Parts: sequence; C-alpha cells; structure tokens
Amino acid sequence: MSNTPAGTTPRPGGVNQIGLTKNDYRGNPSTLCQGCGHNSIASQIIAAIYELSLQPESLVKFSGIGCSSKSPTYFLNRSFGFNGLHGRMPSLATGALFADRTLRGIGVSGDGDSASIGMGQFKHIIRRNVPMVYIIENNGVYGLTKGQFSATAEQGLELKKQGTNPYLPIDIAWEALVGNATFVARSFAGDPKQVKELLKAALAHKGIAVLDIISPCVTFNNEDSAMHSYVWGKDHEIALHDLAFVPKAEEIIVEDYEPGEAREVTMHDGSTVLLRKLERDYDPTDRAHAIEVLEKANCDQCLLTGLIYINPEPPSLIEINNLPEEPLNRLSPERLRPPVESLDAVNATLF
Amino acid sequence: MTQQPVPEAQMAGDRAPIINDFTISVGTVNGSGSQTSNATLLRAMFKMGIPVAGKNLFPSNIQGLPTWYDIRVSKDSFLARKDERDIVVAMNPDTFAKDQADVVPGGAFFYDDKIRQPIIRTDISVYPMPVKKLVTDSGAPTNLRDYIANMVYVGALAFILGIDMEKIFAALTYAFKGKKKAIDLNFSVVQAAYDWFATNLIKTDPYLVKPMAEVCEECVLSDGNTAAALGSLYGGLQFCAWYPITPASSLAETVIEWMPTLRKDPETGKLTCAVVQAEDELAAVGMVVGAGWGGLRSMTSTSGPGLSLMAEYLGLAYYAEVPIVVWDVQRVGPSTGLPTRTAQADITFSYFMGHGDTQHVILFPGSVHECFEFGWKAFDLAERLQTPILVLSDLDFGMNQWKTPRFKFPNQPMDRGKILWEEDLERLKGEWARYKDVDGDGIPYRTVLGNRHPAAAYFTRGTGHTENARYSEDPVVWENMLNRIKKKWDIARQIVPKPYVENYGNKIGFICVGSTEPAVQEARYLLEQENILTDYMQIKAIPFTDEVEKFILAHEKNYIVELNRDGQLHQLLRLEYPEVAKAMVSLAHLDGMPLTARWVVKAYKAVEGK
Repeated sequence: MSNTPAGTTPRPGGVNQIGLTKNDYRGNPSTLCQGCGHNSIASQIIAAIYELSLQPESLVKFSGIGCSSKSPTYFLNRSFGFNGLHGRMPSLATGALFADRTLRGIGVSGDGDSASIGMGQFKHIIRRNVPMVYIIENNGVYGLTKGQFSATAEQGLELKKQGTNPYLPIDIAWEALVGNATFVARSFAGDPKQVKELLKAALAHKGIAVLDIISPCVTFNNEDSAMHSYVWGKDHEIALHDLAFVPKAEEIIVEDYEPGEAREVTMHDGSTVLLRKLERDYDPTDRAHAIEVLEKANCDQCLLTGLIYINPEPPSLIEINNLPEEPLNRLSPERLRPPVESLDAVNATLF
Repeated sequence: MTQQPVPEAQMAGDRAPIINDFTISVGTVNGSGSQTSNATLLRAMFKMGIPVAGKNLFPSNIQGLPTWYDIRVSKDSFLARKDERDIVVAMNPDTFAKDQADVVPGGAFFYDDKIRQPIIRTDISVYPMPVKKLVTDSGAPTNLRDYIANMVYVGALAFILGIDMEKIFAALTYAFKGKKKAIDLNFSVVQAAYDWFATNLIKTDPYLVKPMAEVCEECVLSDGNTAAALGSLYGGLQFCAWYPITPASSLAETVIEWMPTLRKDPETGKLTCAVVQAEDELAAVGMVVGAGWGGLRSMTSTSGPGLSLMAEYLGLAYYAEVPIVVWDVQRVGPSTGLPTRTAQADITFSYFMGHGDTQHVILFPGSVHECFEFGWKAFDLAERLQTPILVLSDLDFGMNQWKTPRFKFPNQPMDRGKILWEEDLERLKGEWARYKDVDGDGIPYRTVLGNRHPAAAYFTRGTGHTENARYSEDPVVWENMLNRIKKKWDIARQIVPKPYVENYGNKIGFICVGSTEPAVQEARYLLEQENILTDYMQIKAIPFTDEVEKFILAHEKNYIVELNRDGQLHQLLRLEYPEVAKAMVSLAHLDGMPLTARWVVKAYKAVEGK
C-alpha cells in the first residue's frame, strides 16, 4: 500500500517487528484445488498477521466443516485450532474464547456452513458481539460434497448435475448487517490487497468482525456468468473505498490526501482504518445508509466490496461478563473453589 | 398466635389415632399460589422433626389447570409416594369429583365450600372450609385474594392434625423471605381458619401429627437442582451454557443466582465463572465443548429433548477427548412427552449417544446430597478421563423438596487431570503428542488454549487423527486411536462412584438407581413382613464397578427396578454380565408418576406368580 510509511511493512524475506519471518505464520501445504479462492485468502491471512507482528501463539483458529473449514490447517501452525462441526463453529468459538481473553480468535466458515445449517448460530454469535474475526468463504456451492447449490447461490444458476437453482439467495453481508453485527465487510478473493487490509482492520476490532469474501470454486462454480466466479466478480465489483489499515504506532501520511478525500475510523486500540473515497463519499458508520446502499447494489447486480459497516464501540461478550483480566483457564483451584466458611452461609439459607 | 390442643375426645367412633403416618393430597389450580401453602405445610411438619416428603404434580402450563401436591408423612421414614390418598384437600372444582372419589375409606376430605358439587361419600370425614368468607374477613387486597385463599387449608389442617403453629409461622417467614407484611397477612388467614375450625367443626378423623425427637440437626430441605448448582460452583465451575427446559431450568438459574456471592475472585473482585444463555441446546453444548477444550470446567444442564440435540457434539467430545459435564434432569419421553413428569428413560440413549462407537460415563446421584457431591465430582472425573460426564438426575429429585443432610464441603482437592503448561513443555523439551498414551492407562496429556510454548499448539478435529493430532485417513491409525480411547473405560471403572449396598446374604437382590430408592426400600420392608428377605444395591455410575458385579453374582435373582418402559438399566446390566443374564429380572414401568412401594411389590409378585 503506497500510503503506508516505508520501513514498517516488512520487506519480502525479512522479519517483522517481533523478529519472525513469514514462515512462522504458515500452516501445512494446502490440499485444496489449484486456483481455489480459499488458498488466496489463507495467503492474505498469513500476510496480514505477519505484517501486524502479532505473536502466532496469541491467536486461535476455528472452523466448521467444508472446503473453507479445512483452510485453518493451511495457516498459523503455531496457533491452537479447532475444526468443529458443520454449522456449529460459532458456539465452539464462543465457549473457547472465555478460556483466555488475551487471545484473538479467527473463524473460517463457508456459505453452507454459515448460511444453511449454521444460520442460527451465525445470527446469535453476531448478536452477542463475540470478539473474533468471522470469515465466510463464499462460493455459492457445497464444494466438499461435490457441487450442490448453497444458500447464497443466485436464482437461476445452472450447475452440472444440479440443474437450475429455483430459490432466492441469502446475502451474508446483509444478514450480518441486519443482525446487528458491529463490523461488516465484503471482499473478493480476486482482490487480495483489499482482503488483507480488511483482515487487519477486523483483527483490530474488539467485537465480531464479519467478512463475507467471495471465493470462487474453480471446480464447481466458476462459469463466467455465475455470480461467484472470478470473471463475474472482477467485472461487477464496485469497491466502496480504497482501504488501508494503519497500526497505532504508525502515522498516516496526511499529504497523500486532499481534505475530504479520505475518512478515518479509529479503532478502540488506537489503530486507524483509512478509507479513500472512490466514486462516492461512503460513511461506514451510518447503518441506515449501509442498508440502503447494499440493497441497491444487490438489485443492480453489483458486487459491493469494502468496509460496509463498523461500530467500534459496543462491548464484546467477554467484556460484559466481568471476568478477571488474566486468562480464566490459568486460575488456581483456590481462586475457583469457594472457601469452606461460605458453605455454612449457604446451608443456612436452606430450610 | 393461639393454639388449642386437638380435641381428641371429640373424635367419632373408637378409631385409634393414626399418628405421623398418612398422606395429604392437595388439589388446586396451578398458578394460584398453592406452591407456597403446600411448602408451608411440608416445612412446618419437617421442623417438628417428622419425616416428610412432598411431590409436586403439576401440569405443563402456567395458569389454570389442575395441580396436586402429595405429602407423605411417615414416622418410619418411608417417604416414597403412595397412591392412597388419606387426607384430600379439594380447592379446584374441575377435579372435585375425582378428589372426593379418591379418598380412602375412613379418610378425610377438606373442600372449598364455594364448590357446590354433591358430597356422595358417607364413609369419610368431610370438612367444608368457608374460604371466601375467611379471605374477605382478612381484609386482603383483591389482587392477593386468590393466593391467600390457599392459606385457609393450611389453618384447617393445622387444627385438625395438630400442626405446631409456631412452625407454620417459621415456614411462612422463610417463604416470604422475612417480609413482615406478607407473613402477617398470610398467617392471619391461617390463624383465622384454625380458629374457625376450632369453633365450628368436630374432628372425626383419626389423623394426627406429633413432634418427634429425631429432629435431624444436620438436615435441611432442598431440591436436586439447587444441590447440583451449588455442587458445581463448589467444583470450580468456570463456564455454563444452557437453554431453558423443564425441569432443568432452575439448575442453571440457581448457578446464576449464587455466582455473584460464591464466585467473586478474592484477588480482583471479578467473577471467576461465566454463564451464557444459548439460543438452543446445539449451541449450549457447543459452547461447553469449546470452553472445556479451552481448559475451563464447563457444564450444561438439560432434559431429554435437549439431550437429543446434544448428541452430535457429545460424539465429537468423546472422540476428540474434551472434558465436559452434562446434567440431564430426566422427564418423560420420547419426544416432548410429559414435560412435568419424572422418568429414568434416558439411560441407554446416554450410554450409547452418538453415531459410531461411543460409550459414555454416567453418574446416577442417589440422593439430593449426591446431586451436590456429583456436582463437584463430575468435573474431576471429566478432566481426569478427558471425556464427557453425563449426570442423570430426574424431575422428582430436581424439583421436589427432599430431606437432606447439610451440604458437605468437597473432601478432595480439585483434580485438573493431565495438563501440560509452559514449564512442563520446557521440561519435556517440547517433546509431546496430544493423543499419545505415554502412561499406559489410555489417557494422554493435553495442552490448552493460550499456552505460549511454541510446541503447545495443535489442531483439534473430529476427523481421523494421529497421535500428533494431524489429519489422517490411515486405517491402522484410526483403529488404534479408537481402541486406545476405549482403554480409558478401565480407569473410569476404578474411579467412578461405587454403589450403595446392603448385603445380608439373602438370595434375592433389588437393584435401582436414583430417586426410586424410597419406594424400593419400602417395598423390601413390606416383603420382609411376608418373610421375603432381600438385599439391595443402588448403582451410582456407569461403568459398572466391581462391586456391582459382585452383588449380581451373589444373588440367584436380581430385580432391577426402574422408571422406563423397556428396562434400560436391565438391558445394560445384561449386556455387561451376559453369563448371568437369566438371573436378572426387569421390574420397569413408566407413567410419569414417582414410584410407589405398592407397585414394586405388585410387580415382584406378578413376576413370581404370587
């Protein structure tokens, strides 16, 4: 990103601010198809976390079941991970994040995992504002079971052996927005730079950060006319803004922008998301406007990308539970078991 | 308060008094506040030192349907429910005819005199109660009249039976948490009814209560859900996720109630436990698995329908070896069943739960005190064995008041099981594997979330994995892994709670689990009066321990008594001890009602052709 001051983004083959190389953030080799969008996203996850100089051990990965849910094995080998059940990753992540609140959670899911079987848990992890990055790698099909329609597939999509999809689609970014998510973004695996910057912003967000990333399935749904294909995406993408994430330690190069040309959103940890205006002046903190713009884009068959909505303020689920600052899973038994005297008082309340 | 001695001279006929040995059955409308009046009767007699038990037979409804409360008063401590309704109180016109018809010959029938249905029985003592008049006279505000109307039968029974009015006052004080206005208003109605009866009615029935010396200093009244919640908190519960379901809701709600008092961290003043009300049971168990995997003592509580939803995650927890605790407060199934009726019908489901080869450790608390004890023990077992622990309670335990010793502080330190932290990994120079059986007992070591040692992290999955938790479809790897998990069963057998056994060397043994104990013990006593001598065992866990085997082998016939249709415990015992399957006889039934001794005796005799 040309606006980032030189010297902070690590040079290729170099080390980041905590002395780690990019290799320290990698996972196992991918077993997904060549050209799969999920691989591109995994690369950007590695790049983003490396560039942010986060300790790999300070992150925890979650996924459900599906091609997308296999991808956490392909990044961050040094982080704990749990590949759970189909559609049930949100509950798993919610419980796990109570164990050590100093960790950042990343969940990877797919459109089958989150918009079909997982729709309920998806909605509820949003309404609880569970602090994690929640990525849906959205390709309109069930890849791992060989190409059935998913709930995000457009009406009229034709797939080999499946025929024509008769149903109306679910829009994941829309569902997140109306579900009261405090951070909603959409991107496209064919726009890796934007994916990376959005990932950085998501990692700085203290609540739930939903990223709906169109991630084409080269094997089952990549016809140029299909909504989830690379070609369609590139042709129909409308970016809301040109986005850059600026860590707290760095300064924004002000002289690159004319007054009014860029918006800043300050995150609770002091970092900034810089949004350079493109066709319009889009305010991602205005929820009603976000809903209107997204609805119009869907009607106009545009793939709207960028930071659609953000509210950095609301407390996360962990914060509202009045827990100690230190990890709950490290408390010693004496701090967990009430003292013996307290039981006398308890017994005294019984008749 | 005024209290007169019961006018024994006025008792009709030459019937001998029946003291501390009868049933009281109160029929009211649910939602009318009769829970308070019924509990007051129970508590007052309890405080007189008399062994009592109360069973709430309530409908799946908020307001307006019939509900009954059955109190067993037993000087010999036979506290199982009895079918025979000795003293009946009829406040509900809808059930008046049935209530009257049920009274035993020679019994007593109290009723709200606004009910204008005919009195048909001539063989019982009949006591009409001027409820409306007494309520109006009390001056209670209109919105409270329906509630305090129930206090009239408290006063009536107090007079007729000789219940100590001071104890009634104490019971009301407890019920209304010391709020003077409410206590005084309710007691005034009790007193007014007492006085009215003393003045206007003659006692013609034989029933009396008298204080007993065996006031159990160590005893209190409590219910199983309260016990379980408190036990869990004393077990170091750190995370609870739940979804409301009858009859389990009060378990989680009691955790929430006591958390701020009991679980405030001495160092930071913050809470060391979190509770999340999930959107359904799928999510509740998912959260609990996530938390357990993360290294927290985590628990959920539910009933049959919720347990069905939890099957998938329980299978994952079994195979990925994640410690969790699941309380099932059993109710009648299948399906929605009878939500407000008790059962022991989730036994085989719990044991086999999950597709593929699974077998789960189950605890059967045998008393309200054991609900407390297993509340904390379950976590030690879960973390030691790295597996889910299912605790099977039931509605009868969970929602009724039982006499219980005061809860005893855990007598063992918390066992966090085999966990490796940074220092341990340093010591091992990072050489370890999540699913490797290094000690030969089938139980591997685990690391948990947040461990900063570079060798700590691993990827957990429900798919086939190697000892290093890496994905594998290798057939040898799979088979070895699942067999190694099964090895843990042998350790479980050694450390789960042992049965309670009474072995006098008789040829016949009665076996049960949980809340059926009072009925089985009373049945044994009744059979003893007919010279049929029996031994007894109350099983407290699966895997069945060596003591269970020993008892079964020592008896020519073992009668397994349980509240389900198909004899589920019987099935599992026969599976475990096939050589002596013929020596095991099933005495099982399920109608949703708490078991009676009469049923057990009848069933035994039917099987024996007697």
